[in-house]
Amino acid sequence: MKQKRDNYAEIIFDAISENEAFARIIVAGFIMPLDPTIDQLNELKTIVSEAVTNCIIHGYENRGGKIKLTLESYHNEVTITVVDYGKGIEDLNRAKELFYTSKPEEERSGMGLTIMEIFSDEFHIHSKMGEGTIIKIKKNLDYTKEKYA
Amino acid sequence: MPLSVHLFIKADTLFVRLSGELDHHTSFQLRERINSLMDKYEIRNMIFNFKNLSFMDSSGIGVILGRYNQVKRNKGILIVCELNSMIEKIIKVSGLYKILVITKDEEQASNYLGVA
Repeated sequence: MKQKRDNYAEIIFDAISENEAFARIIVAGFIMPLDPTIDQLNELKTIVSEAVTNCIIHGYENRGGKIKLTLESYHNEVTITVVDYGKGIEDLNRAKELFYTSKPEEERSGMGLTIMEIFSDEFHIHSKMGEGTIIKIKKNLDYTKEKYA
Repeated sequence: MPLSVHLFIKADTLFVRLSGELDHHTSFQLRERINSLMDKYEIRNMIFNFKNLSFMDSSGIGVILGRYNQVKRNKGILIVCELNSMIEKIIKVSGLYKILVITKDEEQASNYLGVA
């Protein structure tokens, strides 16, 4: 089989909810040449959707701002980074707890970070109050290494 | 792809047929449309049909949980059906599996509620 070429893309877009679908389409397009399984494709779309939604609702508290999405592929591994320059997360351990949400009145399920962690092979989050949040995930698309059978 | 919402009522059960993508952006429209019917009619149960839903993330889980709480207040039942493998995975992760009734299709759901 032909060696897949490494690839890199970055895009900056407004933190508005219309761009959640846009971000999913970008990710789907980027990983297509890597022949992902349908599950892998859906998991990466879900991860990005969760990350971008968090930037909009929590990072910028629906007041808008910029989101930077970076995509990298190296052999069969995809790295996705989602950055916002918003308010940051005060208590990261609490934010990571399953079902914890800082906005229960908005019917948030409190599952975003958990889903990102479950659907990725590596999950990192860095946040600084007043400066923003960086989420970085890695996923290997080699189907023989699938976590889910 | 946007979300398209088809709603109809049979007896005291609201049928919610979704197609397209359910995320944070499209969840507002779904919540508002269901809530406006809840205000006008006596609705006890809900059946969500995900047959043509191609995407759902945790925002969708939030909407379903919110409707579950509404239905529960009236001692009703919330059923979800026609789950594809991805939506099933999200519902499992969320623990919704433990509190919702899940059926294969609308017919099974209607039989369960006795509104066939």
